[in-house]
Amino acid sequence: MLKLIIYVVGTIFVLVEGTLLAFVILYRRRKGERAAFVRGDSLRQLSWVLIPVVIVAFLDVAIDVMAKPVWELIKEQSPPPGLTVKLAALQFGWEFTYPGPDGKFGTPDDLVQTTFLTVPAGQVIRLLMTSKDVIHSFYVPQLRLRQDIIPGREIPAWFEATQPGKYEIACSQLCGISHFAMKGILRVLTPDEYKQWVSQHWPKSGAGPGKSASGARSSATGKEG
Amino acid sequence: MAETSPEAVPSTEAHEQMGFWQRYLFSVDHKVIGKQYLFLGLFMGFVGVGLSFIFRWQLAWPGTAVPLWGKVTAPQYYEFVTMHGTIMVFFVAMPVLLGAFGNFLIPLMVGARDMAFPRLNATSFWTIFVGSVLLLLSFFVPGGGSRAGWTNYVPLSDASKYLPGTYWGGNLWLIAVAIDFASVLMGGINFLTTAIAMRAPGMTIWRMPLLVWEELVASVLFMLSVGPLIAGVVMLLFDRMVGTGFFLPDKGADPLLWQHLFWFFGHPEVYVVAVPGLGIAMEILPVFSRKPIFGYHAIVWSTLVAGTLSFTIWAHHMFVSGMDPTLAEPFSVTTVAISVPFAVILFCMIATLWRGQITLSTPMLFALGALANFILGGVTGIPLGTDASDIYLHDTYFVIAHFHNTLVPAAIIAGFGGIYYWFPKMFGRMMNDAWGKVHFIFTWVGFNMVFIPLFLIGLGGGQRRIYMSSVYTYYKPLQPLHVIATIGLIVIIVGQIPFLVNFFMSMFRGAKAPANPWNANTLEWATDSPPPHENFHAIPTVVRGPYEYSVPGMEQDWAPQAAAVESGAAQG
Repeated sequence: MLKLIIYVVGTIFVLVEGTLLAFVILYRRRKGERAAFVRGDSLRQLSWVLIPVVIVAFLDVAIDVMAKPVWELIKEQSPPPGLTVKLAALQFGWEFTYPGPDGKFGTPDDLVQTTFLTVPAGQVIRLLMTSKDVIHSFYVPQLRLRQDIIPGREIPAWFEATQPGKYEIACSQLCGISHFAMKGILRVLTPDEYKQWVSQHWPKSGAGPGKSASGARSSATGKEG
Repeated sequence: MAETSPEAVPSTEAHEQMGFWQRYLFSVDHKVIGKQYLFLGLFMGFVGVGLSFIFRWQLAWPGTAVPLWGKVTAPQYYEFVTMHGTIMVFFVAMPVLLGAFGNFLIPLMVGARDMAFPRLNATSFWTIFVGSVLLLLSFFVPGGGSRAGWTNYVPLSDASKYLPGTYWGGNLWLIAVAIDFASVLMGGINFLTTAIAMRAPGMTIWRMPLLVWEELVASVLFMLSVGPLIAGVVMLLFDRMVGTGFFLPDKGADPLLWQHLFWFFGHPEVYVVAVPGLGIAMEILPVFSRKPIFGYHAIVWSTLVAGTLSFTIWAHHMFVSGMDPTLAEPFSVTTVAISVPFAVILFCMIATLWRGQITLSTPMLFALGALANFILGGVTGIPLGTDASDIYLHDTYFVIAHFHNTLVPAAIIAGFGGIYYWFPKMFGRMMNDAWGKVHFIFTWVGFNMVFIPLFLIGLGGGQRRIYMSSVYTYYKPLQPLHVIATIGLIVIIVGQIPFLVNFFMSMFRGAKAPANPWNANTLEWATDSPPPHENFHAIPTVVRGPYEYSVPGMEQDWAPQAAAVESGAAQG
């Protein structure tokens, strides 16, 4: 989608700048010649401008039409998730809460991880995002995903990572002096590795409140995508 | 009101008797005030560019000492990017384009003796002067200036606990910006009244030069959009100083309210700056092509359409802000649609060149350079204005490169063109053309060296407002582009030396300028250079439109608007 738009506007850009440059070179002042007297106020003369404008308008509409389903898919619909994770952003870090074996939030078997978000590849992950202080923004460049997180509200987002690997999560909205260092890590594991990770880290059903902040050391099996 | 009549202005003789202070500092003459704005804007511009040099160095070579400055800390970095944005938009672009050119040129171009309200005009300048001083003062208060970004998003900017130590810096930012808005409002009232009520005989609205039109549209856009933001600024100031909770979520507010208020003003504001900048280019292009501007009426109507549309597109700054995503769709359509009137304007400007007799003088080079880059700024607005692709590009360097490619061509590149073009009228002397061309090459090449790499960084996902890019591994391949950009900035800065020398040398030593050095048509060239105290020896009568160049059957290739009245008015 982005590529397409870049190609379309890139072509227009080259054509327009080319015309500009050609005019500047072609119509340099020559001794004894006079400029043409063209006011460009009649419709016939204006059509030289209006026809390219109509083309621009047509391409605008085409871009609007093509962008609509993409936007709706990303931001307005949410496919049924394979896993839902709650995300809390704060100055200056990330907290991810897994529902635990019972699949419900707010129960004792929830699992809280800081900095590391571990998910299985090929599944729709739904994020329910809140902020504890100022506006943050969840951004993973490789996923082309960005969503601001506003204090006082829960904002949903979803993604599906197809390539196992480690990706950086960045905060994309100026949130204070250490905004630049508010980094998280998204670890996408193959389904098998993910099962292993769950069995190692998730509390057994009925166990007390589980807290594991040691995601970094425990499972370094993720392949670099 | 007594001031509306030209007689209320002190007469020429009285003016000659005034002391230095009255004549040059507390003058109510629109020409003096215009120059004051120009000097203020230039000074603030050099402060703003200096700041950008410090943080650009940090971006290219993170953690190394900046020449003449030393190492940049994270609080300094955020302070400088915030102040750079604030200064360049509110204290450089607006004073230069509206304050300097609007003030100096509107009365001359419509054939008036002064602004409608000369004292209000002087008040307007001294108000923005106070605002500038307060903003600069905020660097030196305990804790330093604001670090909340030039958009000042709440709640980061709202409660001091989120940005420790910047209590007074944040307050002064708000006060200075509010004062700046009040000043521009006063200026706008003057522009409108003068152009509507004080035009010379024969100066119908369809004979007004395009720059006057563009200044008027800018003034109206500013007036209609700034009210909500002034309210927002005062509310935020109350939040910070009195403890109200207009924008604090834990007191029941929605932080998005600030973003709506800011961008409802902020987007028309972009056109407040862009449109007069294009207007300057529109004055220069016909003169140095010796052709009428192509599609005068089409340009005026397109400007009006674009101005109207500019009130319907603000939420494109907020696609991923957390507002209802359904709302993004209409805003995306309106945003992309605004390319249509701007396409008309830009294509008309290019068509003006067609079959012209083009002289590449310094003003013309700057006008063409501005036009070329404004097109780049325009087309890169499409992927940002399209909601789906903005998810990825939002808050990256693509955005930075895009808006610098609209604002810098308008405010800085076209602004320089305007300085070279009207310098003879302002100071009665010519600037050196050869050094002007050197200045143009450094400025324009340097500018593109900065911002074309930034487009690529943005396409690579590179985020803005990252103090230490080495934190992220995804940023590594993009880092060399930051180095190129910083070298580009150094090229720009070096290129301003010939400008400064040329500007101040020419003011005192330049060749004496004739009344009409460019053989231009508009009214300001029908009086002396510099014009006498009340502008015209006799108010000229206007007999034709402003761009009648190379009219068939006429001996000379220009036809001044006021040619019919030879009795004093049109003589140098």
